[in-house]
Amino acid sequence: MSTATIKDNKKAEITENGIFYPSSKIMLDLDDLKKVYPTPKGDYVVLEHLNLQIMREEFVTIIGHSGCGKTTMLSMIAGLNPISGGRIAVLGNPIKGPGPDRGVIFQSPSLMPWMTALQNVLLGVNQVFPHASKKERHEIAKYYLQKVGLDGAFDKKASELSQGMQQRVGIARAFAIKPKVLLLDEPFGMLDSLTRGELQDILIEIWNKEKITAVMVTHDVDEAIFLADRVVMMTSGPRAKIGDILKIDFQRPRTRKTVLEHEDYYTYRKHLIDFLEH
Amino acid sequence: MKQSITLGKVTEYVESGAFTSSVKSLGKKTLKFNSKKFLRNIIIPLFSILIFIGVWHLGSRALFNMEADYKIEKALNERGPEAAAEVESCIISGNIACQPNTLPSPVQVWESFQSLIADHKAIRADKRAFVEKTAILNEKRLAEGKEPITYTGRPSFVDQILTSLETVFAGFLLALFIAIPIGVIIGLSPTLRSSFNWLIQIFKPVSPVVWLLLVFMIVKTMTKDSNSDSAFIISFISVGLCSMWATLVNTAMGVSSVDKDYINVARVLKLGSLQKVFKVILPSSLPLIFTGLRITLSVAWMVLIAIELLAQSPGLGSFVWEEFQNGATDSNSKIIVAMFVIGIIGFLLDRIMLTIQNMVSFNKNEGV
Repeated sequence: MSTATIKDNKKAEITENGIFYPSSKIMLDLDDLKKVYPTPKGDYVVLEHLNLQIMREEFVTIIGHSGCGKTTMLSMIAGLNPISGGRIAVLGNPIKGPGPDRGVIFQSPSLMPWMTALQNVLLGVNQVFPHASKKERHEIAKYYLQKVGLDGAFDKKASELSQGMQQRVGIARAFAIKPKVLLLDEPFGMLDSLTRGELQDILIEIWNKEKITAVMVTHDVDEAIFLADRVVMMTSGPRAKIGDILKIDFQRPRTRKTVLEHEDYYTYRKHLIDFLEH
Repeated sequence: MKQSITLGKVTEYVESGAFTSSVKSLGKKTLKFNSKKFLRNIIIPLFSILIFIGVWHLGSRALFNMEADYKIEKALNERGPEAAAEVESCIISGNIACQPNTLPSPVQVWESFQSLIADHKAIRADKRAFVEKTAILNEKRLAEGKEPITYTGRPSFVDQILTSLETVFAGFLLALFIAIPIGVIIGLSPTLRSSFNWLIQIFKPVSPVVWLLLVFMIVKTMTKDSNSDSAFIISFISVGLCSMWATLVNTAMGVSSVDKDYINVARVLKLGSLQKVFKVILPSSLPLIFTGLRITLSVAWMVLIAIELLAQSPGLGSFVWEEFQNGATDSNSKIIVAMFVIGIIGFLLDRIMLTIQNMVSFNKNEGV
């Protein structure tokens, strides 16, 4: 089965289920978001008055000092962390807990080590496409594993794969469930810089095809610029909120070379570093 | 002149012999490595076994002499010098009737071991002959609807071992079927965990003997009417109850401490609760469950001997007890034989469990 037919099936499924996208361009809406952790010494406010709108097919990176609440915000969008105040909506519908419409790529690959690479991807695919035939589900899982360059490792146990390979499976697993929003929590933070570069290329290549709205937390300035349409800078906590937003006007598809050679690159970079240093 | 000759020799050596010499040194290296390993893994353990046997031999010799001196002195005090001389000569002559009864020497134990094997062969032959002899009669009895005649001679040492293994496996399976489901349920719910915790903490340290008595109280009443083998039932249930705690605690711990990332993945994918348990929680806690099972089996084997001894069910425990009560000249050495057999079987059981544990452990680096 070709990829085109898979995509067509998916589209057909969506319309059959009667799900229609509202015409609004906003995919993800964070409205006056607040996060409070109660402590014995009183409440600790991590996030407050946080407003952010993310458009469809937009790639947004979030940058800020460690401990500022970036990851907290992301796990709130994922539904893994309860909201203390405000609202998170996907396509206008407030979220209720976690769900496969918001795929997550975690900081650690979080693969089930006793499963093979294919089984790990299938775990999600089986859940999201319960009506597809077994063969179709396998095709979907294999397609995405091929996309991340793991053609030969379908049946390798996750525990036998290197950290970088595992995170490739993590990427395949997230894309394979066709989420509306993709949430990436410093997915390459634990990798060496060479592997990180490779995985950034793979990520952006698949993303260019799928155009899934993506929110990625990172603390790597170059990564933030290379991947994003907009870089969101968060103020330092407590009571962190959006400090500044930088629009990155590089054409897509981008390559690392053209980005690095672009005259605006260092202006963007300086802007981000200035923000982080103040 | 001299220099050039040596130089020439060196170059010749390098040119012609470089390859062979490197091969030689390689061979030497691997040989050296192997011999080191051989020394450490074979020679040294063998040597330590020899030392152990030597110390044992000397120790039993010393105890033998002490016991002999005591015996002679006793004869001297009670019956006079003539009787003492008689006892002494009797001991020296090696007559079984007057040997001092103390820790047996390695040789005596080895002889007892052989006699136990011979005894087993004799009993087996006897049993086979009996079966052949009664085959026709039994067929007739079966046709008439009567119970067949079975062999009722005493069990051999090997039979006792097999009975013990049967009991320990029955107990182990019981522990497995009680402890794992309860452990999973307790592990999943913090409320249940805290409500059962006191029970586990209190019952875990209870001695096997007390468990046996408790099981005895219940089983005695329950099997009153049936003619089932209540000694076997009592001992295997007691073994199961004594040994299940390690599995229970480990399963509960494994289930409750599943990596949060896996749980998050399950939540994001919205796996159903059954799927979550069988696809995520159970597989991830398997290594800990098997660690628990391994402890359970070794505990089961350890308490089995004491329980058999008390429940008077056949097996190694009752073998040891009967030999001790028997007090024959070779009883002590038979007890030592049983001790070694118990130890070796316990070790083998542990090895088997370790192998299984390593097979199910997904993280090969964590294996013990």
